[in-house]
Amino acid sequence: MTAIDFSQKTVEMINVVKKFGDFVANDGINLTVHKGEVHALLGENGAGKTTLVNCLYGLYHPTAGTIRINGRELNVTDPNVAIQNGIGMVHQHFMLVEPFTVTQNIILGRETTKLMGILDLSAAEKKVAEISERYGLAINPRDKIEDISVGSQQRVEILKALYRGAEILILDEPTAVLTPPEIQELVMIIRNLTQEGKSIIIITHKLHEIKQVADYCTIIRRGKYIDTVEVDTVTEQELASMMVGREVSFAVEKKPQKRGPKILTIDNLVVEDNRGIQALKGLSLELHKGEILGVAGVDGNGQSELIEALTGLRTVRSGKILLHNKEITGALPKQIIDGYNIRTIPEDRQKRGLVLEFDVAENLVLETYHKKPFSWRGVLNHPEIYQYADDSAKEFDIRPANPYLTAKSLSGGNQQKVIIAREVGNDPEVLIASQPTRGLDVGAIEYVHAALVEQRDRGKAVLLVSFELDEVINVSDRIAVIFEGKIVGTMAAEGVDENEIGLMMAGGTS
Amino acid sequence: MEAIINDIGFIIGTTLMYSTPLMFTSLGGVITERSGVVNIGLEGMMFFGAFVAATVAYYTQNPWLGFLCAGLGGAFLGLLHAIACVSFAAEQIVSGIAINFLGPGLALFLSRLFFDGATQTLTIPNKIPLPLHFLFGEGKLFKSAGFMDLVFNRFATVYLAFLLVLLVWFVLYKTKVGMRVQAVGEHPEAADTLGISVYRIRYGAVIMSGFFAGLGGASMSIAVVSRFSNTLISGHGFIALAAMIFGKWKPQGAMLACLLFGGAKGFEIFLGAKGVPVSSSLLAMLPYILTIIVLVGIVGKTTPPAAIGKIFDKSGK
Ligand SMILES: Nc1ncnc2c1ncn2[C@@H]1O[C@H](COP(=O)(O)OP(=O)(O)O)[C@@H](O)[C@H]1O
Ligand SMILES: [Mg+2]
Repeated sequence: MTAIDFSQKTVEMINVVKKFGDFVANDGINLTVHKGEVHALLGENGAGKTTLVNCLYGLYHPTAGTIRINGRELNVTDPNVAIQNGIGMVHQHFMLVEPFTVTQNIILGRETTKLMGILDLSAAEKKVAEISERYGLAINPRDKIEDISVGSQQRVEILKALYRGAEILILDEPTAVLTPPEIQELVMIIRNLTQEGKSIIIITHKLHEIKQVADYCTIIRRGKYIDTVEVDTVTEQELASMMVGREVSFAVEKKPQKRGPKILTIDNLVVEDNRGIQALKGLSLELHKGEILGVAGVDGNGQSELIEALTGLRTVRSGKILLHNKEITGALPKQIIDGYNIRTIPEDRQKRGLVLEFDVAENLVLETYHKKPFSWRGVLNHPEIYQYADDSAKEFDIRPANPYLTAKSLSGGNQQKVIIAREVGNDPEVLIASQPTRGLDVGAIEYVHAALVEQRDRGKAVLLVSFELDEVINVSDRIAVIFEGKIVGTMAAEGVDENEIGLMMAGGTS
Repeated sequence: MEAIINDIGFIIGTTLMYSTPLMFTSLGGVITERSGVVNIGLEGMMFFGAFVAATVAYYTQNPWLGFLCAGLGGAFLGLLHAIACVSFAAEQIVSGIAINFLGPGLALFLSRLFFDGATQTLTIPNKIPLPLHFLFGEGKLFKSAGFMDLVFNRFATVYLAFLLVLLVWFVLYKTKVGMRVQAVGEHPEAADTLGISVYRIRYGAVIMSGFFAGLGGASMSIAVVSRFSNTLISGHGFIALAAMIFGKWKPQGAMLACLLFGGAKGFEIFLGAKGVPVSSSLLAMLPYILTIIVLVGIVGKTTPPAAIGKIFDKSGK
């Protein structure tokens, strides 16, 4: 798609090894990028992609291996060396000083000054505006970072690199924080950049994005170099298999359904959001044993409020929630968890799902620590807790399988496994899963889906709420479409018309 | 009428005099905290500075030399704080507490050594001069003990403090170094990725804060009074710290807050001088009570530098 100049290798990383203590994060990685090329780095969470580019950018020092920039061997001791050699990086977590203006952020470390170190901001602003225009970045140099959107902040990061004369631009998971239209803008910007002869290294674990923008793709799996492929010659399926190390099925495997009796009834539920505006306006739903009911809808149509009402976190204004025909409206969260055995995989795994500072074992017993055998007369029984955590970690494939690690130190996928181990491990009657695969890579997504299906096959009820229509269609037995706080239609998932649901999600009638 | 005007002049004058030590120290606080390092050791640094100033001024008879050495003494303690907090990633509050023991301990130890076992120095021969003194008196521009005299015939340290507010403001907001200090205090990783040495900036800022706190102590012991004693500082470093927070981590804000606290002290002295029938001990509590009220009630929501007190550790990478 772009004019790659194969005679010019801008980046060569040869056999790069990076160890953290005994842990090998990069184990002999090779990467070659040419002028004008978009090169994707693909790998699961924790595969070592960020570590590799941090070595290239001088933030980490490789334990072994060679780095060549434009054919010349280079010892990238710190980011200054990288910057001087035309390497720029947009970090996964933005490196922007919030109270500063765009210009201040861009010139930081390379300030334009008059005499005696006095800043010359207006000269800098002019230059920033120039670059912004040239690459179609649409950035106002005087805006404060805290006032602009995430998409704009990312463009400021790109500008920051270009201002420093970057010829090689590293983008670490740039699309993770963007909305779909913002992603399209980014794709345009990347095209503009390669047109000007820049080389781009883009990290992502979204396969269709690789197909869309990248020329070549290097796959890393658990720190090891797997292969470099020309993107046009492989399918998404093949990329996924290389990344995960086994066949990945995008389709969810399900046995035929054995639908049981009705277990949960939601009748005419009315709930307000934090601003006191009605978020659920008389929502009704029925959930049966042995089924996965998927709630499809665009973000902000009452999904969060529905989950919070069901889990006892939000007051119900009117309407009823029935479990086995017994009213449980207004029950407290603890009652719902302990008494009714309704368990939840929450939407925000870091805020509500885990105590990040606690270790894996403590997170696993968050709902049961006060019961035997984990405690006795108010005193925790640590040997039992850690034994249980050891077993769970093996059963649910939590990596690394070390119950003493803090939840914070795990990758997103493994954090989600801890939550699933806790919620599913308690054998719930009803499992509520809210956005259970958000931000996860394909391997982890497959795992989560399999866990939900297993619950259903065991005759339990699963309520799945997701903004990803594909997910809802693939995983569910039945689909309910939510729009503006009401269910506007329910249908069997099999053979469903995607367009029809899409229309209903947008408020159109079918 | 003239009596009232002179009373006002007296209050303004004493306010200026007592605000000055706070202002030096508070500016030091602004610099270090804007770089992301909490320094509650200002009190100990001020204490030590007060001692060094009086001792050097006593032995050399040169108050300016004493003033400078006080800054260096404070900077020395600042260096210790920086080594602990920046290089060794120590808990900043704990290190600050240690400095608050170390500063006075060192001062009293040396005081006993130099002044025959006494915990105070002897009276210094020359205080910091009054730069505008030539304007006041018989046959001069203004008569002595009038309003102008009471307000403006002040120690050079008073004028220096205000100049320093201007200077710190300028450096912080208008220069490259200042921008880097702010960046390091807000988002050290961002600064690091742009090749700025977080360690170096923080070292500089913490040492400067010690220097300024030392000057604050000096402007107490060789200007406001003319000797060091072990009760001289008694919490002024903490008040300066409070002023910095009340002033929202800005040099100009810290200045206004220091003037407010200094004003309480000025008022206290005024009431004392007027023989108001209130116990002097109660009056002496005024600035401290004001500190508590201000911090509890009026400050409200402030946003400190985002990375304040957080450890930045690059090792192992
Ligand atoms: N500074 C560090 N110290 C110790 N381990 C680290 C450090 N940085 C990353 N790791 C570990 O290295 C592995 C790879 O991390 P990373 O490169 O961030 O993965 P990716 O970007 O592919 O998701 C992870 O297991 C992570 O926990
Ligand atoms: Mg990463």
